[in-house]
Amino acid sequence: MNVIIQNGRVIDPANGRDEVADVFITDGKIAATAPRDTEVIDGSGLIVAPGLIDIHVHLREPGYGWKETLASGARAAAAGGFTTVVCMPNTLPVADSPSTVTWINERAAETACVNILPTGAISRNLAGEELAPIGSLAHAGVVAITDDGRCIQNNELMRRAVEYARMVGVPVLDHCQDYNLVGKGIVHEGYWSTLLGLPGWPSAGEEVIVARNILLAELCDHDIHCQHISSAGSVRLLREARARGVKISGEVCPHHIALTDESIQNFDTNYKMNPPLRTEADIEALLEAIADGTIGILASDHAPHARFEKEVEFDAAPFGIVGLETELGLFIDVLVHKTGTIDMLRVIEMLTIAPARLLKIKKGTLSVGASADVTLIDPALEWTVDAKSFETVSCNSPFDGWKLKGRAVRTIVAGQTAWKL
Amino acid sequence: MMAALTSELRWHRKDLLGIRELCADEITFVLDNADAFKQVGTRDVKKVPALRGKTVVNFFVEPSTRTRTSFELAAIRLSADVINISASTSSLTKGETLKDTAKILEANHADIIVLRHSSAGAAHFLGERLSASVINAGDGAHEHPTQALLDLYTIREKKGSIAGLHVVIVGDILFSRVARSNIFGLLKLGARVTLVGPTTLVPRAFEQLGVSISNDIDAVLPTADVVNLLRIQHERQGKEYFPGLGEYIRLFGLTKARAKLLKPECLIMHPGPINRGVEIDSELADGVQSVILDQVTNGLAVRMAVLYLCGGIGKR
Repeated sequence: MNVIIQNGRVIDPANGRDEVADVFITDGKIAATAPRDTEVIDGSGLIVAPGLIDIHVHLREPGYGWKETLASGARAAAAGGFTTVVCMPNTLPVADSPSTVTWINERAAETACVNILPTGAISRNLAGEELAPIGSLAHAGVVAITDDGRCIQNNELMRRAVEYARMVGVPVLDHCQDYNLVGKGIVHEGYWSTLLGLPGWPSAGEEVIVARNILLAELCDHDIHCQHISSAGSVRLLREARARGVKISGEVCPHHIALTDESIQNFDTNYKMNPPLRTEADIEALLEAIADGTIGILASDHAPHARFEKEVEFDAAPFGIVGLETELGLFIDVLVHKTGTIDMLRVIEMLTIAPARLLKIKKGTLSVGASADVTLIDPALEWTVDAKSFETVSCNSPFDGWKLKGRAVRTIVAGQTAWKL
Repeated sequence: MMAALTSELRWHRKDLLGIRELCADEITFVLDNADAFKQVGTRDVKKVPALRGKTVVNFFVEPSTRTRTSFELAAIRLSADVINISASTSSLTKGETLKDTAKILEANHADIIVLRHSSAGAAHFLGERLSASVINAGDGAHEHPTQALLDLYTIREKKGSIAGLHVVIVGDILFSRVARSNIFGLLKLGARVTLVGPTTLVPRAFEQLGVSISNDIDAVLPTADVVNLLRIQHERQGKEYFPGLGEYIRLFGLTKARAKLLKPECLIMHPGPINRGVEIDSELADGVQSVILDQVTNGLAVRMAVLYLCGGIGKR
């Protein structure tokens, strides 16, 4: 199907474009001229962006189909405006072998309506003890390696992983958590953990590993990307290192800028995530980091869990919340409308070309010849989050009922509409 | 039972989950009710029909002898029917969730569930999901409201009132639900609270709750009206928070020498169980300033009041 998207505000940060124009799609690719036999989509009043990329999602398949599948996760992605998602390897089995990666790729090709790019484990079975076959995983098509959800504590092993990953050209994504410092911690260590008697997860537990990663990125001259940065201290470390040109980067998730640890006071497990919600001061630091480019990538850490798994004692509940379907709305609402931290062009940049560059994938632009992954966004549309209507299998969202301004209205993958409002 | 007659006007809670959510009037009201029930304990017939026909379930997922016994006796003296369930005898060991176990108790017409649990927030969790009354008998390091109420009752009984007193709480504050509930209750009733212990067990964040912190017990004891010694909970820590019991005793133990710093009328309290010779010298625990056994007796009266108010009055 050929498509013309007419009169939209085309924002393509990779090419420095922000103008009202038409976008042409021929045979699933962005074209320079108007195709024939076209479907015409009226883009007036809408932003026409490269298809959004989420570098951090958990799609739970294989192994945990009651939480999510590649198909349902892809539908959630499309409903959130995402045409490409990068799924984490903590499945059952763990994606620490080429056969599992191949299975995910084949299953995604059969069932998913968006592009799903798998990651591979850094260590076998995410145990943090011996390296997974990183070269074979890269050949099987992983776009990055990560032990996400876990963090390699052995600095020497992490160093070897980063050095080895450089050889095969994939970045290392790291969940930054020092196990000894964090211990049994489940909520930010501070006023609310003290008041509620919940085990504290100190910011230093993240910062120590961010610092470690900066040193190793420098030592190995290779990309380490720090996932879901939550603390002001991490931001300071990243800012200093990036100014020196170290190959270190960080991402921020919506919940870490939309919520503070005050939310945990009723012991609602939909506010339990890892790293935990922190303070107003941390939010300010994260916003500054987004404004000045210290943080260059936005992501959801979409982590579906069934209601029966979340509806337990606070310390027994699994960490994480679903995020794909609220992510863009929250980023636009918080970063553009409420705080004026950045403009729409930067939001789109941080959700398209920035993650694409880190992963070295040919995505995230509207350049002629690129795969026609396009997201149409109404940045002013007011809507109410309704977890019951989510495409994801799970509904563990603290944002249910929130009124947000801004959302995707149509998601096009390789020229085909995968979802529309 | 004069106080109880007016109770419908003053108590509207189905559950007692913590002290933090109570106002000073509610706390005082429970203590006033406990006065009436304490008097019952002095009679030949120590039983009243206040909860006749009601079923109380002591659901103790975390082990306890003293608190469970106190709740059990309190319920029996109110003429309720009582059963006890522990973690090892419940289906939790078979993988049943807390919610399901509690729903099954409720389906068996339990009116009041007294919950002891190792997870902070567990009582809130059940309180939100059950129409039965939920009484928090200790949830993790969060709250132990009936312990605080019996401590407040004991202080009020001995001192006449609580406002203006200087209460010193010594020991393992970080992991202590007793400390948290006491802090909330004491501050609401106008006491001044100082926490004493090693920096590792008394984090600075507690100052934000409105209390003072000291690491020098000798400097604090002379102005204390009440010293509440918390048990050093070896089993809860799993990590090293101080270099050893010898050093703890040296720095923070209430030794006989140290007790000389106390005002003669200063009360010595301990929620139990006591590690004699660690947080408190053995003779002091049995000495004239000690009100440790009064705390136990008052605990019964306070728990009768709480069961009566939540299960009888608050439910309507």
